[in-house]
Amino acid sequence: MTLAQLIFLAAAAVTLVAAIMVVTSPRLIHAGLWLILSLAGIAVLFILLDNGFLAVVQVAIYIDAIAILIIIAVMLTRAVMSDADRQINRMGLAAAFASLILLAGLLAMVLQVPAASPAPLVEAEVNLDALGRALVDVDGFILPFEVASVMLVAALVGAILVAMAPARGD
Amino acid sequence: MSDPFVTIGQFIKELLIGLGLEAALTAVLLRIVGAAVLGGLVGAAAILTIWAERKLLARIQDRIGPNRVGPYGLLQSFADVLKLITKEFLIPRGADRYVFIMAPLVVVAGVIGMWAVMPLAPGLVGTEINVGVLYVIAIGAIGTLGIMMAGLSSNNKYALLGAFRTVAQMLSYTVPMLLTLLIPVMLAGSMGMSTIVEAQSSAWFILLAPLAAIIFFISSLAELGRTPFDLQEAESEIVAGFHIEYSGMGFGMFMMAEFVHAFTISALFSVIFLGGWQGPGVEAFPLLGLFYFILKTALIYFVVIWLRGTFPRLRIDQMNAFNWKFITPLALVVFMVTAILDKLVVQADFNRTAVHLGSNAIIVLGTLFLLRAYAASQRRRKEVADRPQIQHSEAAGD
Amino acid sequence: MIDFTGWPANRGQRGFLTLDWLFIGTILVVGAGMAALPIALNVIIGPRKPNKTKSETYECGIETVGEAWVQLKGQYYIFALIFLIFDIEVVFMFPWAVAYDRLEFYMVLEGVLFILILAGGLVYAWRKGALEWV
Repeated sequence: MTLAQLIFLAAAAVTLVAAIMVVTSPRLIHAGLWLILSLAGIAVLFILLDNGFLAVVQVAIYIDAIAILIIIAVMLTRAVMSDADRQINRMGLAAAFASLILLAGLLAMVLQVPAASPAPLVEAEVNLDALGRALVDVDGFILPFEVASVMLVAALVGAILVAMAPARGD
Repeated sequence: MSDPFVTIGQFIKELLIGLGLEAALTAVLLRIVGAAVLGGLVGAAAILTIWAERKLLARIQDRIGPNRVGPYGLLQSFADVLKLITKEFLIPRGADRYVFIMAPLVVVAGVIGMWAVMPLAPGLVGTEINVGVLYVIAIGAIGTLGIMMAGLSSNNKYALLGAFRTVAQMLSYTVPMLLTLLIPVMLAGSMGMSTIVEAQSSAWFILLAPLAAIIFFISSLAELGRTPFDLQEAESEIVAGFHIEYSGMGFGMFMMAEFVHAFTISALFSVIFLGGWQGPGVEAFPLLGLFYFILKTALIYFVVIWLRGTFPRLRIDQMNAFNWKFITPLALVVFMVTAILDKLVVQADFNRTAVHLGSNAIIVLGTLFLLRAYAASQRRRKEVADRPQIQHSEAAGD
Repeated sequence: MIDFTGWPANRGQRGFLTLDWLFIGTILVVGAGMAALPIALNVIIGPRKPNKTKSETYECGIETVGEAWVQLKGQYYIFALIFLIFDIEVVFMFPWAVAYDRLEFYMVLEGVLFILILAGGLVYAWRKGALEWV
């Protein structure tokens, strides 16, 4: 076993256990904190794939922004300190069935992909540079790039409309 | 190579391989030991910077400062550590024990982690990753998480309010910080910290982007939670903020993290805008680079302390408005102007520094003009609003 | 036994990044350890005489009224959301900034347009009063 494999196994285990804790933890805040650990585990997986950029983006966006947003959203609810009701309701069986179907579908898809051949990786610095160019190249992803900006602003406008609405009602 | 650091590294590596270790294992081991040494040194440096800060602050406030323990009170921090370590470590009733204990660990790890990519001298850097700048910001923001954990787990209203004040402030000021960091990355053509330092051999980036440097400095002060942005520990409002329930070393670690953070932010500023280890004679004596780096960092750190001793605290709405209505729009404008001009300069072959300085000066003038106009309109509005009110009260009084 | 042969140490080769990140992982662990050690020492050395009043939460001398977890106001959520959107946008811009020297002029303008659209969002938030701290 190589060291990389060892780190992979540890990171994968942490990610999965934390993910399970997210859905089983009775306190919402604890679920939020476990989610952060799970996201951090995914960042380590990105590093093992030799993509430092995605790893840092994972931390900068998912942990620093989205997870904190989620915790703040939890704090907006009432009675956050108390435990929630039972973790499983009467739809539990149906949910388990649905996730099994999803798992089967994903497995069927993954198995169709030919076994990964160790492709030579371009040097990381060139990689980032190429990404930057591709984002604004006419032959690249210029349209999705600009549309992404418009979409993010749309998300901002929508969020402000929704969040400001109660203030007006009071 | 005359590079002492590379030579020493090579020497140790060859020594270990000579002792019968595998080459790859040696590489891994060296990394681990190097990280431990760097982390330990940064932590140890905190002991010195705490003393320096207390002494300087005391002088600014016309006091003497620590002068009892050791020469010039140099050993004061050790005495403090001893005192804190013999205090009771209290966990308040109803607190979330594990999260409560984890919080200081997360905060300290986030701050120390920032040093992993800090170039200390030519050839002397923890590790040079191609996403250095983004890494520093991402790992620095982990501290936000630790502060939030402390606030959430303490079972105290002041702690919770202080934590969320801090989070709101840190999140807000990360925006202009990231925007201004785009400019050095653009000028250097890389996110690697060593590459950014090397790109400043001809001109420091503070000359090419003075406004960006100032905005970066202000937002890092806010990120740090130092005066005038120390709202999270406003004693008169929320007593001490997020660390109110921590005693003994739990409190000590938050304090250490804050001091190391202050020092780290200064180092970051000197690396990104002041050329890091760049200076005369560095090519011949790489060790001189370490001296320049520490000198520049100390200079910026002095300014941070100076500001702490000078400014009063902002109100939370002022802090907020200052970021979203002033710093962030300004950062957006500076970024757009620099991006367009720098491309045009290269094509038209003008003097790059002069063009950037000029454009920054024009932006400053424009901003001042806008602020003047705004202040004038506010005054007029106030006059209009005041007049009928006076008449009203007179009428009611009669 | 762990095999280290899969870890070449030449920059640019597969696995090099991982070696760099091993350093970062270690320094994070060291950082956490530097906080954990004094706290552990503190717990061992320090006295432990808990009593009811001592473990109360601090509240300026009077007893805490109600739950410690007060409901936050929606303002915090809006700011976190604006931050999230800016964060994502700037992360998009970083590779662009790295490639800046090798971009055509129109490509630079596209990047500026990207930020300009974002600035439009900020202006909207401003006009709607979402940036006021109330």
